[in-house]
Amino acid sequence: MGKTTAEKIFDAHRVNMPFPDTHVLKLDRVFCHEITTPIAITDLMARGMDRVFDPTKIKAVIDHVTPAKDSKTAEQGKILRDWAKRHGIKDFFDIGRNGVCHAIFPEKGFVRPGYTVIMGDSHTCTHGAFGAFAAGVGTTDLEVGILKGVCAFHFPKTIKFVLNGTLKPGVYAKDLILFIIKELTVNGATNMVIEFTGPTIDAMSMESRMTLCNMAIEAGGTSGICYPDMTTVEYLWDFIKDEFKTKEDALKEYSKWISDDDASYEKVYEYDVTTLEPMVTFGFKPDQVKTVAEMSGTKIDQVYIGSCTNGRIEDLRIAASILKDKKISDDVRAIVSPATPVIYSRALKEGLIEIFQNAGFCVTNPTCGACLGMSNGVLANGEACASTTNRNFNGRMGKGGTVHLMSPATAAASALEGKITNSLLYKA
Amino acid sequence: MKGFSGKVLFLDRNDINTDEIIPAKYLTEITKEALKPYLLEDLSFAGFNVKEDTMDKAVLVTRANFGCGSSREHAPWALEVNGINVVIAESFARIFRQNMYNCGMLAIELPQDKIEYLFENYAGKDTSITIDLDKDTIIVTSSDKSEEINFKVGEFDKTLVKEEGWVGYADKNY
Repeated sequence: MGKTTAEKIFDAHRVNMPFPDTHVLKLDRVFCHEITTPIAITDLMARGMDRVFDPTKIKAVIDHVTPAKDSKTAEQGKILRDWAKRHGIKDFFDIGRNGVCHAIFPEKGFVRPGYTVIMGDSHTCTHGAFGAFAAGVGTTDLEVGILKGVCAFHFPKTIKFVLNGTLKPGVYAKDLILFIIKELTVNGATNMVIEFTGPTIDAMSMESRMTLCNMAIEAGGTSGICYPDMTTVEYLWDFIKDEFKTKEDALKEYSKWISDDDASYEKVYEYDVTTLEPMVTFGFKPDQVKTVAEMSGTKIDQVYIGSCTNGRIEDLRIAASILKDKKISDDVRAIVSPATPVIYSRALKEGLIEIFQNAGFCVTNPTCGACLGMSNGVLANGEACASTTNRNFNGRMGKGGTVHLMSPATAAASALEGKITNSLLYKA
Repeated sequence: MKGFSGKVLFLDRNDINTDEIIPAKYLTEITKEALKPYLLEDLSFAGFNVKEDTMDKAVLVTRANFGCGSSREHAPWALEVNGINVVIAESFARIFRQNMYNCGMLAIELPQDKIEYLFENYAGKDTSITIDLDKDTIIVTSSDKSEEINFKVGEFDKTLVKEEGWVGYADKNY
C-alpha cells in the first residue's frame, strides 16, 4: 500500500507513539508571533523552563498589531523581542522588517518540502503549499514545540482534490478555494489533510498555491498540501542552490514526498474548473458561498486587500491591473496592506503603489490587523467589507460588521463600484 | 486534576467559532484571568443572554464543530476562568479539541442522537452534569430525573487530563 505526502512526512518525523493513534513528531520549524507566543513564554518562565529546543529552527515575527497600537500590544511585542534576543533566535522580524507570518516565512525560504511546521496560528496550513505538513496549534502545543521540538498528532487521513482545466479570466485560486469550502462545508475536512492536485494546480504559482492551502482550515483541515514540483524548486532556488547541483537534482530529491499512486484516501474529489465563476461569501461562515453574479450589487462600505491569504505581489498586481487610471467609488474607503516589506518594495518599483494611491486606496504597512479586527481597518457596527481575507465570522473585522470574502480582482472591481462587482467589467 | 461537575450551559447551535467564544480584540491580554468578562461576547442567537446564561455554569453542551476557526487557546482559557472545564458536543474543531486536553480540560464527543436527547430532555431546566473519568460516564441530573451516559475518550487525552496538561507530560517524556 502506498503512502500520502502526510503519511511519508509522519513516517520520517515520528519520535514515538506513546498511545494508540498518537504520533509524536519531530519539528523542523516552530513559527511564532506576538499574539499567541507571549503567554507560552511567560508560562515557560513561570515553570522555570525558559529554554528553546533549537534557536535556528524557531522563527518569530511581530505581525498582528504592528506598530503597537497601545500599551498591551507594546508589551506583547516586548515579551517576544526580549525572548528572541535572550535565546539567540536570529530570525526575528521586528518593526520595519516584519510582515504577515504566512507570507514572510515562505519568502525567506524557511519552508521546504517534507518539513513539519507548527505555529500558534490556524492559517499555518498555508505552508503545505511547499509539500510540507504544516498545522496550526494552540499556545500549549506551541510551548512544547519551543521547549522540546515535538508535537503530537492523530493519523492524517487525507482528502484529495484532482483539479482539471484552466481557470477562466477573472477567476483565481481564491475563487477555487471558496468553491471547495462550499463543497466540503466548514467541518468537511476536520482532522484531515487536503491535497490539491491535478493540472490546474500544476499550472499555479506558489502564491496561488499558498492562497489555496491557506484556507484549508476553513473546511476544518489540518494542513493543505500541494506536491513539490519545478515551480516549488524555482521559488526556493536562492535558498537551496548550495544544497543541490542543479534544479533537476532538487526536484528529484523533493519528489520523494509526492503521494504514491496507490496511496489510500478518505475521499477523492475530481472537478473540471473551466466553468468555475468568481465566488464570494455571504453570512458568517466561510462555506456560505455564492457566485459574484448572484451577489452582484451588494453594497459595501470598505474594501480590504491584504492578509496571509491574498496580500502577495501577484495579488497586488491583479488588483492594480483593474484599478489603473481609475478612482474608487465615493461611497467606499479602501485599504491595501502589502503582506511583507519585500512585497511592498516590489509593488513600489512596479508602480503598483502609485496606482493604489491614485485610485484612492490607503496603503498600510504589512500587518494582519484588519483581518481579525485588531487594528488598521476595523469596521463600524452595520458596515460591510469586501475583503481578500479568510474569515467572515460574525464580528471578525469589527463588532456588528459583515465580511464578504473574495479574490483581489473582485475586491478591486467592487472598490470602483462601491458594491460587489465582477472584475471582468474592467477587463479590456 | 480539574473539577468536572456542575450546572450546564446549553448552546443550541452548530459551528460556534473561537471568535465568538473570545473576540480577537481581547487577544492582547497576557493573563488568562483578564479574559473572564468577555466569554462568548460575540455569540448571538435567539434566546441566548450571555451574562445570565453563563453565570455559575461548569459544563457546556452544544452541537457540531464547536471551536472552529482560530487556533487561539484563549477560547479554552476563557471557559476555564469562568469555571467551565467540560464541553460536550457532537464534534469539535481539531485545534480547539486538542487545546482543551492540552490544558487538562475535557472535550467530550457524543453521537448526534445523544446530544439531541440531552437538548430535548435537559435544556431549559436546572440541569447538572458530573463526569466520572474512571467509568467514562456522564451523570446528568435535573429536578425530575438522573441518568448515566457513556462516552469514549482516548488514552492520550485521558492522560493529559490526569496530568493536567501537555507541558508537564512532554517535559517528563521528551
